[in-house]
Amino acid sequence: MVKVHSWGRLGEFDHQLIPLSDRRRVATQLQGEAAGLAFGMGRSYGDVCLNPGGVLWNTTMLDRFIRFDETSGLLQCEAGLLLRDVQRLVVPRGWMLPVVPGTQLATLGGAVANDVHGKNHHVAGSFGDQVVEIVLMRTDGSRSVLHPGDARFEATIGGLGLTGVITELTLQLKRIKGPWLNVETQAYQNLSTFFDLADAAEADWEHTVSWIDCVAGSGRGIFMRANHSDVQQSAPKSSRQRRMPFVPPVSLVNRLTLRPFNQLYYQLKKKQSTALQYYEDFFHPLDHLLEWNRMYGPRGFFQYQCVLPRVHGREGVQAMLAQISRAGEGSFLAVLKTFGERPSVGMLSFAQPGVTLALDFTNQGDKTQKLFASLDDIVRNAGGRLYPAKDARMPRALFEAGYPRLQEFLSHRDPGISSAMSRRLMGS
Amino acid sequence: MSRQRIIIIGATSAIAENCARLWARQPSDFVLVGRDQDRLDSVAADLRVRSPQSSAQSIVLDFSDAAAIAALAKQTTVEGRVDIVLIAHGNLPVQSDCQQDLTLTRQALEVNGLSPVLFAEAFAAQLEKSGNGTLAIMGSVAGDRGRKTNYVYGAAKGLIDRYAQGLQHRFGGTQIKIVLIKPGPTATPMTAHLPPRGLARVEDVARRIVAAVAAGQPVVYAPARWWLIMMIIRHLPRVIFNRLNI
Repeated sequence: MVKVHSWGRLGEFDHQLIPLSDRRRVATQLQGEAAGLAFGMGRSYGDVCLNPGGVLWNTTMLDRFIRFDETSGLLQCEAGLLLRDVQRLVVPRGWMLPVVPGTQLATLGGAVANDVHGKNHHVAGSFGDQVVEIVLMRTDGSRSVLHPGDARFEATIGGLGLTGVITELTLQLKRIKGPWLNVETQAYQNLSTFFDLADAAEADWEHTVSWIDCVAGSGRGIFMRANHSDVQQSAPKSSRQRRMPFVPPVSLVNRLTLRPFNQLYYQLKKKQSTALQYYEDFFHPLDHLLEWNRMYGPRGFFQYQCVLPRVHGREGVQAMLAQISRAGEGSFLAVLKTFGERPSVGMLSFAQPGVTLALDFTNQGDKTQKLFASLDDIVRNAGGRLYPAKDARMPRALFEAGYPRLQEFLSHRDPGISSAMSRRLMGS
Repeated sequence: MSRQRIIIIGATSAIAENCARLWARQPSDFVLVGRDQDRLDSVAADLRVRSPQSSAQSIVLDFSDAAAIAALAKQTTVEGRVDIVLIAHGNLPVQSDCQQDLTLTRQALEVNGLSPVLFAEAFAAQLEKSGNGTLAIMGSVAGDRGRKTNYVYGAAKGLIDRYAQGLQHRFGGTQIKIVLIKPGPTATPMTAHLPPRGLARVEDVARRIVAAVAAGQPVVYAPARWWLIMMIIRHLPRVIFNRLNI
């Protein structure tokens, strides 16, 4: 038994780790007595990647490329490859993953299972939209090849790892002009301005995202939009990767630090600017500080990410900011972003038309839970939902209300697979 | 740098595969030798995607067949100049099982000691004819001193140690380099049953090996700290050592 935690570091749990390294042997390896769960880089925040007391099938050694057609951009590979490794191979050849999340230190399989999204949802949809084939192994020893349109494909995209173990996938990459992006930033004073900026940018900008100052209470923030640039210059000298060297005895994100940090960040960035950024710096700034999650101290932290339909978006976000400020809590990494109209492929995919707000909170026990309960009310009343990849605590009723295709999904579950999250939210 | 021709014995081992990925950053010609055709083909396909200008050929062989080993060394040398030979195969037996079952003890000694020596001897003869090339062979920190928790494996790796020393003596003053690699415990499928804390990352181990091969370094510990750890362990007086639970 080995202790494993997820990205939120809310607790360490005993697991039996079984490495999968030969894709042809996986079928036999899955046929154990105890229920298991595929585990990659452990980048999801809550309990979606944990199976305390049970088996974790570690997929990170399933890291081989199988075929890459440089004319069509079709890439076939094993599911334990990191997004980073794919990007570093294909970017110099003029291709790129169409959708990338905030970290590229996640496996492809994990990106599919959580149907992650990026800053270009209004253009490219979510991760599942670029998947053209999945090889899925089930604990009964069966192997199936799934394609868009298949019910099991739609269950597996965003399926939280519960439909089987993804061993291989084929992705349709997109052509890029180059690895550099033109990035513009602009401050906004309130949420109305944010929505105006976001709507105006959608037609002409591939990537849009914003940082919101959740301490100020006014709904001010910094809006960012970016497009790929024609500039053909070589990659920057890779900046040194640093590592948060230890877990501090108290969270560095606390009452004393939050206000000055948010204030400082806003002041530094509020001047409208344009800059040329390398794709890794633009998409994955936090990857430069390995194990940044240790900052939140020994009790770990929660991410709270919801999506609200557009009709209730503005007052919903405003109400949430008010609740957070009333609770005297707050967040450094507060992100506000609009999603496009494209419906997601997966039965349990998170992304849906509307606006998404993501916030991190140091775990302060009951106090934090109380705040979440009040935020849940706002999400529920607005007809929104929470993101399972980030979640460690949502009530089952809120999950069921937010994911209307749940019943359809359940029929595709692999009975030999279980996670802490599936036991919490689906009863098994 | 000109194109290198690289022969890898045990090419499906995680450390060897990661070395190959690093070598493939320059267009290279690989001969991948292993026991399982499908797994070799996966590794070869991966290398070709990573490095479209590289070639990778896979060969399946019985690792205990001395005649087949000699023929392989001869054939691959006839087909072209050999720049690097990496002998990387092995497995980690459970010590207590070996104590219970002599068949397992014999297998552990054969796979980890005898077989690598046969490959090395076969390729040494060919390198000698061509007058240059680098032969790298996988020992282990476990070969530095016998310990109760893994002395069967350690004895096989100790055999490699002494053998490599002999080859280095034989080729002293020539263009032929012999590199003895001593990895510490590394996170690979072979060590899956060990607690992952304290295991080295396989990419880091591979990086060190590739650098040592390029430099023709006679002995390389990977990661480097094992040099110091093993020096202390080797020099502990027996009265103290035998009381330690390591």
